[in-house]
Amino acid sequence: MAIGRQAAPPVSDGTLLKRPTWTTGIGSWLTTVDHKRLGILYIVSSFLFMGLASIEAFIIRLQLIAPNQQLVSPDAYNQLFTMHGVTMVFLAIMPLGTGLANYFVPLLIGARDLAFPRLNAFGYWVYLLGGLFIYSSFFLGGAPDVGWFAYAPLTSLSNNPGVGTDFYMLGLVITGIGTLVTAMNLIVTIISMRAPGMTMMRMPVFAWMILITSFLIIFAFPPLTIALVQVIFDRTFGTLFYVPEAGGLPILWQHLFWIFGHPEVYIIILPAFGVISEIIPTFSRKPLFGYPVMILSGIFIGFMGFAVWSHHMFTTGLGPVANTAFSLTSFVIGIPTGVKIFNWIGTMWGGAIRFTVPMLYAIAFLIMFVLGGITGIMLAMPPFDAQVHDSYFVVAHFHYVMGGGALFAFFAAVYYWFPKITGRMMSERLGKIAFAFFFVGFNMIFMPQHFAGLLGMPRRVQTYDDGFGFEIWNLVSTYGTFVMGTGMILILLSVIWAFRNGDRAGNDPWDARTLEWTTTSPPQHHNFDVQPVALDRDAFWARKHPELAHGDDPALYDHDYDAGGIHMPGQSWYPFLMSLSIVIGAYGILYQNFVLAIVMAVLIVFSTYGWAFEGVGGHHVHPDDDAAEGATD
Amino acid sequence: MPMTHWLRRAAIPLLGTLLLAGCEFTGLQSTLDPAGPIAQAQLDLFLWSYWLSWLVIIGVFGAMAYALVRFRTRASDPDRIPTQFHGSTKFEIALTIAPVLIVIAVAVPTVQAIFATETRAVPEEGDVIVNVTGYQWWWRFEYPEHGVVTANEMHVPVGRRVIVNLESADVLHAFWVPRLAGKRDLIPNQNNQLWFSADETGEFYGQCAELCLGAHAYMKFRVHVVEEEEFGAWVDAFEAPAALPESDDQRVRRGHDLFATKGCTTCHTVDGYRGDVRVGSSDFPNLTNFGLRTSLAAGVVDNGQENLETWLRNPQIFKPGNYMPRVWSEDDPNADEEIAAVAAYLLSLGAGAETEALAVEPDTLAFTTSSLGGDHGDR
Repeated sequence: MAIGRQAAPPVSDGTLLKRPTWTTGIGSWLTTVDHKRLGILYIVSSFLFMGLASIEAFIIRLQLIAPNQQLVSPDAYNQLFTMHGVTMVFLAIMPLGTGLANYFVPLLIGARDLAFPRLNAFGYWVYLLGGLFIYSSFFLGGAPDVGWFAYAPLTSLSNNPGVGTDFYMLGLVITGIGTLVTAMNLIVTIISMRAPGMTMMRMPVFAWMILITSFLIIFAFPPLTIALVQVIFDRTFGTLFYVPEAGGLPILWQHLFWIFGHPEVYIIILPAFGVISEIIPTFSRKPLFGYPVMILSGIFIGFMGFAVWSHHMFTTGLGPVANTAFSLTSFVIGIPTGVKIFNWIGTMWGGAIRFTVPMLYAIAFLIMFVLGGITGIMLAMPPFDAQVHDSYFVVAHFHYVMGGGALFAFFAAVYYWFPKITGRMMSERLGKIAFAFFFVGFNMIFMPQHFAGLLGMPRRVQTYDDGFGFEIWNLVSTYGTFVMGTGMILILLSVIWAFRNGDRAGNDPWDARTLEWTTTSPPQHHNFDVQPVALDRDAFWARKHPELAHGDDPALYDHDYDAGGIHMPGQSWYPFLMSLSIVIGAYGILYQNFVLAIVMAVLIVFSTYGWAFEGVGGHHVHPDDDAAEGATD
Repeated sequence: MPMTHWLRRAAIPLLGTLLLAGCEFTGLQSTLDPAGPIAQAQLDLFLWSYWLSWLVIIGVFGAMAYALVRFRTRASDPDRIPTQFHGSTKFEIALTIAPVLIVIAVAVPTVQAIFATETRAVPEEGDVIVNVTGYQWWWRFEYPEHGVVTANEMHVPVGRRVIVNLESADVLHAFWVPRLAGKRDLIPNQNNQLWFSADETGEFYGQCAELCLGAHAYMKFRVHVVEEEEFGAWVDAFEAPAALPESDDQRVRRGHDLFATKGCTTCHTVDGYRGDVRVGSSDFPNLTNFGLRTSLAAGVVDNGQENLETWLRNPQIFKPGNYMPRVWSEDDPNADEEIAAVAAYLLSLGAGAETEALAVEPDTLAFTTSSLGGDHGDR
């Protein structure tokens, strides 16, 4: 599909559904293929899911504020922490990274959309509808209650007759489809649609990390999907993969899950590393220290991510040799991660540091990621892991990595790129107050959990008895939710405030270094009036300060890349229609209503056919010629 | 190891001052208060990494704090453009070697400790072997050498190596007695093993650490580490347990009869209850010598007449979600009298043994229901 530089192929007339052309209203959002609109949809959806997960976490903390409380029943409690985990991992943090990638990868590499815009829309709708599918279980007989890694044989029909587990398995298969197609889309985009002059080693680190992440997704999701399908078959058709009474081996699920699950951790954290590698140089007014090493350590972390999965299984009795092997590979990952930390500090070293809100979140990321990394190294020691595995120590560890690490980095990104997305500045003052609450609250919640874990408090317990020394740590932890919750409300208020009263951002409010800041805020549909070129790493900075750059001669790129106009893709109904039929079809499978499932399968085939034969469509934009703007070819 | 003892003495107060000064790090399930060589080795490894982590924290955060203060943008020169340097090979090599050294410093003792604590034990003369089976939500302990089967409370002699063979009857569980040894999972169709020994006598608390739904939070157990003679006496008590204790107490005799008529024998075994005919099933907690236990409902509350009556009246109060049925309906006019009789009978089991000292004095250990909070009565 041609976007931007090449001329458009002829538009096919044989479409089944007329191609929509709305530019406003709900129809325009349902049929959009614009990477920026889809990016916004991703970001907003992931924050809504994060809101739900936060409510679940809040109830969990209220239940645990004191010993022997019975605020929620054990069954409800299991559903709450399962859905909190599933939501944060699959529906909030990971899609937030995807949303940022959707919006900013094309802008960072000087492209005008993703390589496959309709596929991009499909990826989003499948994620959103899949997420809502999982959440509908709350109203249809109970949510999943087996933990976010759903260990067999807890998921077998005899141990878990409710529908919650079916929603978990089918829901993750569905959202996994979206994740996979978007990863492929991003790989093609990054490999083949970079601006003239932007070699791989000039590419912004965020785009690099998204590239690595996308490859991780392609290799990590298939084993998960296999495992999910096995359990769906066990539960729906009576197969015996994970049924111990019939000789099934429950440990197999753990291997398949974690060979997905550990790369998943890097699928979440590598985009966060990318974001930090954009923000720290901008607010230090210096290039990233050791760019090639940063890229290589990212690749190395991604590669090694597939060699450490059994460190989640040290207590399953793999034996001393396997535990030693997986312990050592896990330690090895500490090395590139440490190098990254040093290089970020090296970036700040000798710079001109500005303490804006995004920079504060980036610094907080560094602090908490280092703490989470240290406990990570501790947990990679199998003898110590034997004590704290499945205890609150682990809960504290992964919240420092996933929350204090990835989430703080993504908050930094949202603050950093908010002016670009909306054209408005957020309040620095309100932002700093909210940050203080957020940071202090986070540490109040999760620092004490280390101590509860060391004192022997297992995770996933609905209550605990007094006399074990858990009381004070749980009390402080629960108080922390109020502090962090205040921070979240303040952030929400400052977003609303910024939409109404925020200063106009202009193109480049931060004196930044990369191409997204060369265009208007928010960018027009076609992103760039003139195809940008990259003379050097930090392409925009090189343009602003030619005397400081050592890049290419601009004369090399003296060429009208947009001759003939910019082709923008046309909207389509099919991505939404296909996602909807997949999700409704899943209800058919879940309730063994195979008529519904077959009808939806027909609709999927119809959508595929219509999608394939509706042609490229779209229109050409001629930025130089205002009268021609938006004209259809 | 004198060095690690010094480390431990220094580390525990430091850990405490890290957040809230003066907090206790000894606890019934504290991993920081080991009572055996396995837990000790696990703690030593933690403390070693803990001290190394201070090195990292001081180094990294110190450098970062210095950079943030020293290189901040000053109001006097807000638009300063610093030197645009891209890196330094020498520096980057040095910064790669630093984490390599730290990782080696952690890895060497880790590998030593793995092989010291996790190598599968081959039973030798003098080892105590216990076959543990996890059920939703209780533990079956079988001593194959002694023919003892009991539930939720393990007795082991001090100083001897205990080899625990772990298996699950339903879903995953994890066997964890923090003060004696780190956990190991119980997995269906897989024979896992754990071994430990205890340096001191006492009552050690354990808990299931792998989500098993329902009453998972209440799936606890206790390990009684006792002197050699006391262990022998405890084992002897299972040789010929009294089916009906020689008691003049009419209440106990009535409880004995009710134990069958109320249907308890459908599930629960009491050895010798019907002579050589076995009652109950091995898939439910074996109640032989029940009076010797210090806890009930799988380590959830202390054993005693009052708690046992509460438990029998409504098993969901102490342990929401468990499978024990409610035997007496709420409007059963005989409930109070019958429950008291069955409780008295159960507490009398094992009381005739020579290990009388082990038995719990009825009524001395009463669970304070007020600490349960809220209205739990109809749960």
